[in-house]
Amino acid sequence: MSIATTDFGFVRGAAAVVPFAEHGERSVASKLIIAAFGFWVFLLSDVVMFSAFFATYAVLKDMTAGGPSGKDLFNISTVAIETGCLLASSFSCGMASLGARARADFMYYGGMIATALLGAAFLLLELRDFTTLIAQGAGPSRSAFLSAYFALVGCHGLHVTMGLLFLLTMMAQVYAKGYRADILRRILCFALFWHTLDIIWVGIFTVVYLMGVAR
Amino acid sequence: MFGKLTWDAIPWTHPIPLVAGIGAFGIVGAVVLFLIFKGYAPYLWREWMTSCDHKRIGVMYVLLAAVMILRGLTDAIMMRSQLAVAYKAPGYLPPDHYDQIFSAHGTIMILFMAMPFVIGLMNIALPLQLGVRDVAFPTLNNVSFWLTASGALLVNLSLLIGEFAKTGWLPYPPLSELTYSPGVGVDYYLWAVQIAGVGTLLSGINFVTTILKLRAPGMTLMRMPMFIWCSLVSVLLIVCAFPIFTATLALLILDRYLGFHFFTNEAGGNMMMFMNLVWAWGHPEVYILVMPAYGIYSEVVQTFSGKPLFGYRSMVIAAMAIGVLALLVWLHHFFTMGAGGDVNAFFGIMTTIIAVPTGVKMFNWLFTMYRGRIVFKTPMMWSLAFLFTFVIGGLTGVMMAVPPVDFMVHNSLFLIAHFHNVIIAGVVFAAFAGYTYWFPKAFGFCLDERWGKAAFWCWLVGFYLAFMPLYVMGLMGATRRMQHYDVAAWYPWMLIAESGIILVWIGIACQITQIVVSFRHKEELRDVTGDPWNARSLEWSTSSPPPVFNFAVLPRVDGRDTYWNAKQRALETHSLGPEPAYKDIEVARNSPTGIVCAFFATFLGFAMIWHIWWLAILSFIGAFATFVAFAWRDREEYRIPAAEVARIDRANRSARLAALAHLGVVQ
Repeated sequence: MSIATTDFGFVRGAAAVVPFAEHGERSVASKLIIAAFGFWVFLLSDVVMFSAFFATYAVLKDMTAGGPSGKDLFNISTVAIETGCLLASSFSCGMASLGARARADFMYYGGMIATALLGAAFLLLELRDFTTLIAQGAGPSRSAFLSAYFALVGCHGLHVTMGLLFLLTMMAQVYAKGYRADILRRILCFALFWHTLDIIWVGIFTVVYLMGVAR
Repeated sequence: MFGKLTWDAIPWTHPIPLVAGIGAFGIVGAVVLFLIFKGYAPYLWREWMTSCDHKRIGVMYVLLAAVMILRGLTDAIMMRSQLAVAYKAPGYLPPDHYDQIFSAHGTIMILFMAMPFVIGLMNIALPLQLGVRDVAFPTLNNVSFWLTASGALLVNLSLLIGEFAKTGWLPYPPLSELTYSPGVGVDYYLWAVQIAGVGTLLSGINFVTTILKLRAPGMTLMRMPMFIWCSLVSVLLIVCAFPIFTATLALLILDRYLGFHFFTNEAGGNMMMFMNLVWAWGHPEVYILVMPAYGIYSEVVQTFSGKPLFGYRSMVIAAMAIGVLALLVWLHHFFTMGAGGDVNAFFGIMTTIIAVPTGVKMFNWLFTMYRGRIVFKTPMMWSLAFLFTFVIGGLTGVMMAVPPVDFMVHNSLFLIAHFHNVIIAGVVFAAFAGYTYWFPKAFGFCLDERWGKAAFWCWLVGFYLAFMPLYVMGLMGATRRMQHYDVAAWYPWMLIAESGIILVWIGIACQITQIVVSFRHKEELRDVTGDPWNARSLEWSTSSPPPVFNFAVLPRVDGRDTYWNAKQRALETHSLGPEPAYKDIEVARNSPTGIVCAFFATFLGFAMIWHIWWLAILSFIGAFATFVAFAWRDREEYRIPAAEVARIDRANRSARLAALAHLGVVQ
């Protein structure tokens, strides 16, 4: 069970291996590996949850009940900007990680702030989309298709919101406590979380928007 | 201000839930007041409620399960009594109340009795068997427990405030939609189960990480005790399946609260999607419960046969195979959906295939006993009863895996008999076996054997009396969730079933007596050496109860039976080997995060159930603030100095040396 080794080089000095006096064997993993592995398992469970939402969407996407379909509703250019925001935020999140690793305040805070702004921009665009849809009578109660659409995309949006809370907490933690080993572990977990949301968005972009507009 | 909550929410006109609710909460309240009055509150807070020690958390889980089994069995005897008197008569429970009882019975027994019991036993035994000091995330473990307890509290609160779901233990739409269930019953179910579900998922993540990343030096995967292998399958299934459950219930919540159309009759909703999604969790859930049970039987059978487990490698393969197959059979719960012959055939065949690895396990247990020196202690009695009884349940399961047969007995009492047969004989018997087996490890003294065996016989005979008639009635056409009937042929069988549940209750009385008697005689029953059963795995190499750090020096594992071999060496040489070099040990500090978080979660659930939106927002903020406060603490661990470790370990070693010397004299 190895996780990409690049992630481990990332936090120097944090890998406090539990010592084994008798044999000097490293069989109980370091705290960093345990935290990252556990968080990976959590992320996998989250992906399983999203897969239930995706499956629901796939089953219900044609159940428009005489209402509008994806082709009638989706504004692909807004979605493209949203996608751009999220992908760029993944880059800035990576910069923040590098900044934390180097203990470079400017890079860390700059990267985190850029990530937060891009994430917030994504959320605002998504909310604007949602309110527009609801205003034109295409809210989640209109049809099973729209229910599934709002649930799947909204669940991702909720995750981004939680990610923003996570992000702000991590900025405050570094500000208050510095680049402590346990805080660096949490920053690693935050970065994993944020990148996972990106992957999910790629799925949503493809399955919901591209395939929705294409038909 | 208080949403839908008014004084009418209290069931003034329904004496049964009112009296039961006041009684249950009165007893719990009296116990709490007694403990506070006696001055135990600070001790309980410090040593138990905020403890991150896996052994303590495990004991709290089992205690929760024990309380919930009383609630679940109360529901059971009420239903059986209703059916014993409702022949050509309305009985004493109105349909409205009867429906709530069978829904609460299933929900509580599966999610708040069996799950906490199994996870509690995992908590107690698993890190000890792995030869490590705690689980991967000790504080998270505490949070998991309290979230489960929060869910259990909400379910029971529905007795006094409002009502519970009338939809069965899985709230099938469209009945569970707002149109047909406008009350708060389904909402109680949804929020209680969501909150407890988060706790279970966190437990699953915690144990997957513990097993795969935290093992004693030298313990490779193929040297792990069978209980750990089986638990690994179980917790992997938790990670795979519980998120689906969370998502499914979230969809139903959206339907009920915000007018979405996932499972409604109108606007393109599809209720069969609920059945598919919920059973995509529900069938793995069966194996989440029964896999640790298989693990317990494996440990018990090899210990009380005095032999290593037969066919270890095939046991591992069988366990993993069951884990995969468990995810591929969900549709057999609704063959009658009408998915077509080919779909039904696929799921029917996959279902029957599960009998193969299960059969492998059965034969391995039998061969483990073959030519062994079997000791008939209580845990072994439960295991033997399991072997017989579970085969009956398995065979009826294979019968129902054949779609045409299933069409005949779908939703009949035959089905009820089948799943009680596998869950009681599989999971509940295992829980009791594991409870008796690991009790001395957790508390330092054994349970009284005589009362344990009395309870065993009452349970076993009671089980057969209660459920074999249900097979017969099911074949005679009796359906489940039936509140009254007028078929004369069923009536005598109903009376036999009633006698069965009474016998089970006598068994419960024996178990309560067993605890009281054992506490009274704990000095005679004391487990001095830490190895009362002459067992094989690492948990028995430390004292009973183990010190907070479990092992003074982490054991060095060189095979499957490391502890057994070390014990044989000690018996031959009459010495324990040289004293190890002791070092300081760091142990997780206590944390009130779990209980504070569950406090807010309970209010969040309650507020959502009754549409008290401001309280819901406040509770969410409170829960988040709790986590931030937790993240802000500077020290996660405290240090136990080497001298203290040495003092504790020397006491354990001298007890074992004394036992060795005693054996030497006897020989």
